[in-house]
This record gives sequence, structure tokens and C-alpha cells, in this order.
Amino acid sequence: MSLRSPFLLTRRHALFGAGAAMVAPGVLSWPLMPKSAMAQGAVIDITRARTDPIPIAIPAMAGASADAQRLGRDIANVIQTNLRNSGLFRPVERQAFIQSPEAAAATPRWQDWRVIGTQALTTGRVEAQGDRVRVEFRLFDVLAEQQIQGTAFTAPAAQWRRIAHLISDVIYERMLGEKGYFDTQIVYISESGPRDRRTRRLAIMDQDGENHRFLTDGRFQALTPRFHPNARQIAFMSYLRNEPRVYLFNLDSGQQQVLGSFSGMTFSPRFSPDGRSVILSAARGGDANIFIVDLASRRERQLTSGGSLDVSPCFSPDGTQIVFNSDRGGDQQLYVMGADGSGVRRISFGNGRYATPVWSPRGDLIAFTRMAGGQFAIGVMRPDGSGERILSEGWAMEGPTFAPNGRVLAFYRETRARDSRGGGYSSRLAQIDIAGFNERQMVTPSDASDPSWSPLLS
Amino acid sequence: MKMKLIGALAAIALLGACQSGDENAAASGAGSAANGAAPRPGSQEDLVANVGDRVFFDFDRSNIRADQRPVLERQAAWLGRYPQVQVSVEGHTDERGTREYNLALGQRRANAARDVLVAGGVAPARISTISYGKDRPASLGSNEEAWAQNRRAVTVVR
Repeated sequence: MSLRSPFLLTRRHALFGAGAAMVAPGVLSWPLMPKSAMAQGAVIDITRARTDPIPIAIPAMAGASADAQRLGRDIANVIQTNLRNSGLFRPVERQAFIQSPEAAAATPRWQDWRVIGTQALTTGRVEAQGDRVRVEFRLFDVLAEQQIQGTAFTAPAAQWRRIAHLISDVIYERMLGEKGYFDTQIVYISESGPRDRRTRRLAIMDQDGENHRFLTDGRFQALTPRFHPNARQIAFMSYLRNEPRVYLFNLDSGQQQVLGSFSGMTFSPRFSPDGRSVILSAARGGDANIFIVDLASRRERQLTSGGSLDVSPCFSPDGTQIVFNSDRGGDQQLYVMGADGSGVRRISFGNGRYATPVWSPRGDLIAFTRMAGGQFAIGVMRPDGSGERILSEGWAMEGPTFAPNGRVLAFYRETRARDSRGGGYSSRLAQIDIAGFNERQMVTPSDASDPSWSPLLS
Repeated sequence: MKMKLIGALAAIALLGACQSGDENAAASGAGSAANGAAPRPGSQEDLVANVGDRVFFDFDRSNIRADQRPVLERQAAWLGRYPQVQVSVEGHTDERGTREYNLALGQRRANAARDVLVAGGVAPARISTISYGKDRPASLGSNEEAWAQNRRAVTVVR
């Protein structure tokens, strides 16, 4: 397994250290000697980039053969789409380019790029090496006339998208001073068939919708998948044998196992930040309480008790606190408690019912679903409940999940049925910047719900 | 070691094949009964046609309404006549809530209905409960009428 590899270096080493580094199984990277003066590059504030996206020129990467050229174009296109979809970059139209990609890859002619209004320029060269591919990538600050990044990657040719995502993350980090979120996956529930007889399957895809595959065959209903911090395991709820329980799904082996020995329904699982345990809700009689299950010993510990419905627990990124949803005060509200269940306090006090809290990986915000006035909304608040902001509102939406850098949320949005046969109903994944702009529908083969965003894969 | 390895998809195919408690089959069974043939005593069709298989709830509530209690009392009497019959009580919600909370709410409704059956003399061992939350609506519209139909606990012969 990649995470245990003694050769694995952190992403930071891969980008800035000396010598080759393995950034993913089979993917190697190392720094390139600069072709011009090397600079740190001007870091642009994300707040500024939201109102004034960074103009960037991403020409097709050069290549000696027709195959290499095609791959060079494909890689540049994936990078361009990633950056455009972030809402923080504005790729310059390629028709406007003056210098050819081949010439730029050799030596950028600065005035040719300055004159078309771009601030950043990427160049690249693709070389086929048997069944592997080598990609040289450089990022330039056009105004300073300086190279700010140079990295070479080699990978199995089939993993070329991975390289494009890694490069996208490099650009995001060098330009904005924060880690990106492009080398990631989304696990979610793929829905098909009429709503009263829905097939719900576990499915996984790259963050841009590519490399889509189903993990379960639809013979039993699957709900609410959540990534393990190592991205190789998923906790989810399954109706296998008509016994709704939390299961663990191993992405490497494809095997599933039930979690714990609870006598009733278990649901709403989430891994702890250290990956060593799962918090979940367990139904006892008519109540639902929060438990934590240690994955090594399988020991269960009860964290909440009483006659309420306590659901959707989620750890703070430092593992010291848990936010959850409870009706203990009469209707659904958000509560925070210590990791041992102590010191429960309510944090949501706005108008309406609050649900599905998730803690940002940055620790600064909790995202939630709010139901008020016949509308659903996705919003964020600080962990003490202050500073509530609604990001998106509509007929029905829920289930927010943070991208690993805490800058983007994915969730699912449903449309209202317009007739008694459910015509017009749909359920789709969407994503939105946490500032409440750039909402986009994500592409899935059919209806979709319950997204969970993976951590960075490398 | 307590954990049970369920294994790969082949094993799941065997285990997952039997999905009991399909209320839609029950509803269509009721239709065929109306076409002439009397439902078999003690069957789901019998329950639907002669007793009533479901009770309804108010929004975000799980208490058994006074107007719904007689249905459960009739169910308890009916189960008393067919002591070999085992049932599953399925709890459901409308679509105006979040999935995880609604799973809990559906379970609480199933449990509330079950408690009335037990109080009516049905042995607890004959009754299982399950929640489908908002994920198996009986009525597919997005209006008050449909939601009232969907906030329900359905008794299904196993």
C-alpha cells in the first residue's frame, strides 16, 4: 500500500526537494533546473482571486510524436478545466496565443504573453517512454519574467490524468499560497429507477467526474459513504440482508465488513481524523445515540444517551470535539461536545431546523443544512455558532462535504416533483466556493446523492 | 474476533438476494384480491384488504395519533388470529428532512407502532422493525398530500 511505502515523500518534498519522489503508486516527480531566473512568485490572495480570477495561459504541451502531442493537449485541457472550475483562475483563450506552444516550451517570449493579458504561463513537454509517459512542466510569472516552478513527472501512460491533477494542484498552491484539491476523488450514491423503487449504489469518481466506477451492484441499498483519511477505505450504510448497518468497504480488496455488533440499525458513520475509529449513530428502541467504535479492538463506547435522536456526528480536525445533530431541544439543532461526550452545548440558534454538520479540514467552519420557511439551504458557521452564512438555497439540498483544502463544498440538490408520478424530480451533486459563489453542478451518469470528498491522494 | 467478513460481490449476491417486505407487492396483491379471488387468510393481501397495513404520522412526530390507533389495535387482533405470522414494521418519513435524521425518525415511528402491537398482546419476538427514512416514498408527489401518505409505519408479513 502506497501510504506505507518507505519511498513515499510528502507532496512538499515532491515539489521542492532534491531528487525523485514517488507522489503516487508509479508516479515519480523531481524538480527541473530553471530556464530563467527562479522566483518564489507573487502569491495572490484568494479573496482577490474570487473577484478578479488570475489570468493564466495553458498552451497544449509540446511533444515529438503525434501521440505525445495528443496527450500534451489532453493534459493541458484537464489542467485548464480544473483551474477554470475553481472560479479563481481565468484561462486565456488559446486562439489569442502569439507564441507557439513548442517555442514557448523552449523559451517563453515574455512580451507575446504579456500583450494578451496573462499573468501566469505554463509550458510542458510530453515524451512517451514505452508504456510510461514523462511530462516536464514549468510555471512562469509573466510579469516578473521568471520561472516559479519546474517539475518532471513520470507515470504509467494510463495515469496521465493523475499527472494533470498533480500539476493543477502545483499551480493552485504556487499562485494562491494554499493547497489545491484536484488530485482527489468523490465517493457518492448513484441513484436510478423510480423513487419508490430506487436503486442506490456506491460509486466513485475523480473530482472532475472522470474514471467513474460502481463499487456495489445495486442488489442492496447503499447510503452515506465517507472516506477514511487514507482514502483507501469507505464507511457507509448498507441494507444488506435487510439489516441496515454501517459497513467498511476496502477499496484495494473490494471487501466489505459490518462494523460492530450492534443489535439495531447503525447509520451516519464518519472516521475520526486519525483514521483509528468510526463515530456513528445506533438505534436502540426509538432512540438514536452516538457511539465510537475503535477499529483495532472493535470496542464500542457510547457517547450520548437519553431519549433523543442524536445523528450525523463529525469530529473536529484535531479530534478533540464532535459536532452532531439532535432533536433533544424539541427540533433538529446542532450541538458540539468533547470527544468523550462531555460538555454538550447547542451552537445553532438561527431560524429553522439545522442538520448534517461537517467540520472544515481547516477547523475554522462547520457546514450544515438548514430547513426554514419551506426551503433548504447549505450554510457555514464558526464552531461556536457565530458568523452564520447561507451559501445556497432552494427546494431541497443537503449533505455538504468539504474539499480537503476547506475552500469548496460539495453537496446534493433535489428538484421538486411536479406531478403525482414524481415527474421532474432529480437529485444531483453540486459544488460551491465557501464564499457562496461559483456553484456548479457536477457531472454524474445518473441521479446522485451523499457525496464525500476524499483527502488529497498524494 | 467479532467482525464478520462478508466477502466480495459473489457472497453479497447470495446474501442480498432476498429483499423481504416489499409493500408495493402487497399493494398489487390487494388489487388482485379486488378482482375476485379472496385473499388468503393471514396473508399481506388479507391484512391490507381487511385490516389496514399502515398508520400515518404528523410532520416530524412519531407519536401514534388517536385516529390511527384503531388500525394498530385491529392489526394486533388480526395477528392474534394468525399466531404463526411474523411481521416487520417499516418506518418511513416524507422528503422534507435530511436523510440521516429521517432514518432515525423512521425507526422511531416503526418502534412506536410496534409498541402498540405489543401492548395489544403480540409477542415482541414476532415483530421486527426497520427504517427506510425518506428513501422509499409511497406517494411520489412533492406536496402536502403526498407527504401525509409518506409519513407512515407499514406492517408487512414476513
